[in-house]
Amino acid sequence: MSRRAETLLALAGAALVVGLAYAVPWLRFVLTIALAKGLAVLGILLLLRAGQVSFGHALYLALAAYAVAFGTAVVPEALLLVPAAGLLAGLVGLVIGLFVVRYREIFFGMLNLALSMVFYSVLEKFYAITHGADGIRLGPVTFLGLPLAGETAEWTVLGLALVLVLGFGALVRVALASPWGEALAGIKTRETRLDFMGVSPRRVLLIAYVASAVMAGCGGALIALTTRHVTPALAYWTTSGELVFIAILGGAGSVLGPFLGAAAYELTRVYAAALVANAWQAVLGIVLLCVIVFAPGGLWGLIARRRRAA
Amino acid sequence: MSVLLSARDLRLAFGGLKAADGIDLDVEGGEFLAIIGPNGAGKTTFINMTTGYLKPQGGSIRFDGQPILGLSPRRIVALGIARSFQLPQLFTEHTVLQNVALAVAAREGRLSLMAPLLRRAFRDEAAELIGRFGLSGVAEARADALNEGTRKLVDIAMAVALRPRLIMMDEPTSGVAASEKMAIVETLVRVLRGAGVTAVFVEHDMDVVGRFADRVAVWGQGRIAALGPPREILNDPEVQRTVIGIVPAGGVHAPA
Repeated sequence: MSRRAETLLALAGAALVVGLAYAVPWLRFVLTIALAKGLAVLGILLLLRAGQVSFGHALYLALAAYAVAFGTAVVPEALLLVPAAGLLAGLVGLVIGLFVVRYREIFFGMLNLALSMVFYSVLEKFYAITHGADGIRLGPVTFLGLPLAGETAEWTVLGLALVLVLGFGALVRVALASPWGEALAGIKTRETRLDFMGVSPRRVLLIAYVASAVMAGCGGALIALTTRHVTPALAYWTTSGELVFIAILGGAGSVLGPFLGAAAYELTRVYAAALVANAWQAVLGIVLLCVIVFAPGGLWGLIARRRRAA
Repeated sequence: MSVLLSARDLRLAFGGLKAADGIDLDVEGGEFLAIIGPNGAGKTTFINMTTGYLKPQGGSIRFDGQPILGLSPRRIVALGIARSFQLPQLFTEHTVLQNVALAVAAREGRLSLMAPLLRRAFRDEAAELIGRFGLSGVAEARADALNEGTRKLVDIAMAVALRPRLIMMDEPTSGVAASEKMAIVETLVRVLRGAGVTAVFVEHDMDVVGRFADRVAVWGQGRIAALGPPREILNDPEVQRTVIGIVPAGGVHAPA
């Protein structure tokens, strides 16, 4: 799809989010969480381009969320906390990335899973600092020095999420069409060739890995600002699985896929939980099975196919 | 002419199989050197050792006087040795143009994250090179949709895009229909001569060898059994018996 069509769709989507959040106040929370998770999934999409799946990106999500929770005690400014948390996730991603980009496929996925579960255990066990499974509440947060509370807070964080999503989405869109982005896709099809062209596949993948950690971090920071309470569940493997789930649901064909997937996922979850409280996971599972069977390109693939047919 | 690549006493054994058992070879700058020999003689192993894919257990390799043994494939590419593969190694989900443009971008150094791959400079150079290989018609085709002969040429075009001084080609014509073979080789030789590239190529077709090689090296059990001009080597009864597998009455036709 052309760059212009995708830009228009992204802006239309952003307008739709704002409209829905205005018309249905309780959706503000759901949509902000969806955008935050979509941001993390955008990072997963980068890794998927290289044919790699991480089952451990909840690590960066939770790391940044806890960084924000602890950070509010020191600096309550949201405009400082979010970039700082994203940066921290990126730095940790660089250190871990130097190690995990040496591995591929199941080994890559499992190593990420293992490291994220180590972090989960740390959050659970160091009770004196993290309050274990109880988690910690965020202190008061300000935005440009003004206290964030009530409806203003909801709108502010939603706006912040939209800005980050549009910004990172545009950056990823451009980067995927660059020589680096195409080399990243080359890791999936013919990695040895890159070496014999003088390109280091590990370095190419490391850049994607660090970027994915930063995006997961920003997503985690937004989640912390939205829920105002962080728990170790953010680092649990089911959260990582959720991100991969959303990536498949949305489709990896476009930067819009993750957000489409995240919105569909969160809305399905909310409605399924309300309608069939005991079986909402089953509903999600069936939805995913249907996507895999009938729309291998994800929800985005369905839209792209329809546009081509038209 | 000066020596471009110089291998001395290369040794490498896979278990009991000696793939290189004391290889000594000098490749002159500008020449086309053909490597012939039966399967398992160590021809591909020689290419793999000179391009950094395999590390010999003994011996030395110098490229333009500089020792390259133990360097990574990436370092060796940077020094000016490119290779093509017996089984073409293409980015199968990309178009031919993208494949070659990516090689051009790789040669230009650090891969950019912001400017598109198919920016004008890269697109024009890739398209021009694809044209020299006579592949303009398939430039927009996906690499996995091509026939074997075309994939071979794209594979070599990607190596040439790196502007190497030496290119190592592993069976550039295997899998190519007999009727297309000579046309493909002629294209190839024209492009390589035009680019002033020295070439070492493994080849099984003696007509191709006779027509395009300046010298022929005969591999046998990890050693060089014979080395010389094609007319001499291809008419050698021992080479005919062991490598070519025929005992012709009037010798092989090998034009000067």
